[in-house]
Amino acid sequence: MNDSPLTSPDITQLKRTALELRRLALKIIFQAGSGHPGGSFSATDLMAALYFGGILNYDSENPDDPKRDRFVLSKGHVTGIYYAVLAKAGYITESDLDSYRKINSEKFLSGHPHPKTAGIEIASGSLGQGLSVAHGIALGTRLDGYDSKVYTIMGDGELHEGQVWEAAMSADKFKTNNLVAIVDYNKVAQDSITKDLKDLEPLEDKWKAFNWDVHRIDGHDMQAIMDVLRLPLHPEKPRVIIADTVKGKGVSFMEGKTAWHGVAPSPEDYEKALKELV
Amino acid sequence: MKDAATRDAYGQALVEMGDDPRIVVLDAGVSDSSRSKKFGDKFPERFFNMGIAEADMVCTAAGLATTGKIPFATGFACFLLGRTMDQILVSVAYSNTNVKLVGTHTGLAVGEDGPTAQMIVDIAYTRAIPNMIVVQPADWVETMQATRALAEYNGPAYFRLGRPKVKGIFDSSYKFEIGKGRVVKKGSDLVIFATGIMVQESLTAMEMLEKDGLNVTLVNISTLKPIDRDIIIEMASSHKAVITAEDHNYIGGLGDAVGEVLLEAQISKPFKRIAVKDHFAETGTGPELFEKYGLSANHIAKAVRDSLK
Repeated sequence: MNDSPLTSPDITQLKRTALELRRLALKIIFQAGSGHPGGSFSATDLMAALYFGGILNYDSENPDDPKRDRFVLSKGHVTGIYYAVLAKAGYITESDLDSYRKINSEKFLSGHPHPKTAGIEIASGSLGQGLSVAHGIALGTRLDGYDSKVYTIMGDGELHEGQVWEAAMSADKFKTNNLVAIVDYNKVAQDSITKDLKDLEPLEDKWKAFNWDVHRIDGHDMQAIMDVLRLPLHPEKPRVIIADTVKGKGVSFMEGKTAWHGVAPSPEDYEKALKELV
Repeated sequence: MKDAATRDAYGQALVEMGDDPRIVVLDAGVSDSSRSKKFGDKFPERFFNMGIAEADMVCTAAGLATTGKIPFATGFACFLLGRTMDQILVSVAYSNTNVKLVGTHTGLAVGEDGPTAQMIVDIAYTRAIPNMIVVQPADWVETMQATRALAEYNGPAYFRLGRPKVKGIFDSSYKFEIGKGRVVKKGSDLVIFATGIMVQESLTAMEMLEKDGLNVTLVNISTLKPIDRDIIIEMASSHKAVITAEDHNYIGGLGDAVGEVLLEAQISKPFKRIAVKDHFAETGTGPELFEKYGLSANHIAKAVRDSLK
């Protein structure tokens, strides 16, 4: 971990990076004619911090380095932002992104992630599996004696899946403290407000009851994100960061709307959105 | 040769392979029954008892596999597979992670625990999954070798094991190979393709038939996918009739796999499937269920006689 103090120019730069990522994600979703902008934008600041804030230890030139940190996108539908991040991180090129959601995509830029794409550890797209997978990776790297950390981002609706809580119990049992789960708590699922499907609250208490090291932050406050991601690992507990976010963050007419869960913008909406993403 | 349940051989094989640091074993809280506990006792740091949480276990195994481990995710077949179709499809098969799914307590041979514990659709299910191979050994020697072969094979696999003790069929000269069927006994007239416990059951039927002067051929099909087309075509062509035998539903199992090969090769022979006939069974001992539901040596012998009439 980088122990040097974070200066405000760093935060400013990260915010700028997040803005670029939002523009790129929206561009490729627009070009593809389908995708998931709402959940991409709620996760953007978190992913920008992980990949470009010096948190995740990776080398896109050496993607199979066994000592690398790992990232698992458990909410696999937000490939708009994921592929934008992988392009900026150097795993793929920006021109590769033209094949997003297109047949014969050379880098396999499918609607949901697959490890044929450099930088991706595992397929996702069925919610509820990523925490278990990330936990398995964390156990594996620990067996190898590496201090790799494993991060996963889950959606809030995803926490309705029972398997998440199976994994929560497992990571407690094995004291897997190199596992960091991030809940992108944007309050909005596909067809409903999340709490109308099943209310997750009291969410911090739930994770505490499962004996996790629980943190709650504003998932769009870059300083707060960096502060929590730079905390030393808990000596034995796995960590969960509940990040309060806004679905569609950054584009006023998308914010908090179920309607922007899984549709691409029209040309008019795309232009309107770009004007806001400056 | 050794009389033992295939699950016993599996536990022993894991222990013998355990010095390989890549081998990790997971269980869903049934390690005493599945015999994975033997590994856990000797290599506790590489044994993960995940509790009664098969979905979590399968995905944890997939995660471990991405770090170069060779995970054997073990449980009762009913729950290991029944609970985790989605997890197997996404995190194992589609991701092509090197996970070995080991389902014990398969078929009606499980006995008294009844239909919720008698897995009869697992071959159909796993055969239909891209990237997945399916192996069911017949005895101790084959299980020991197949466990090792699956560890050496890089890719997702389903390993189908049984609860009851079965007779030793192969001696130490036997060489298991993924994708290869093997002639257990050479006869004439009719060929039986059998898998798992039904190899033993077929041998019993053959002893009965020999008293009537009927000598049939028995082929062990331990790899259900990829199926050994060559041995099926060769043996079916050189015999008058074909019987398949499996402790599994007759839809999607060995019988269908053999039938597909024969149809595609345009080999038309009298063809009977000894299998569960698309119903749930009941409680009772394994042998009682085999008798009542058409899987016993008596039924195999009758099918042979009927085929050769």
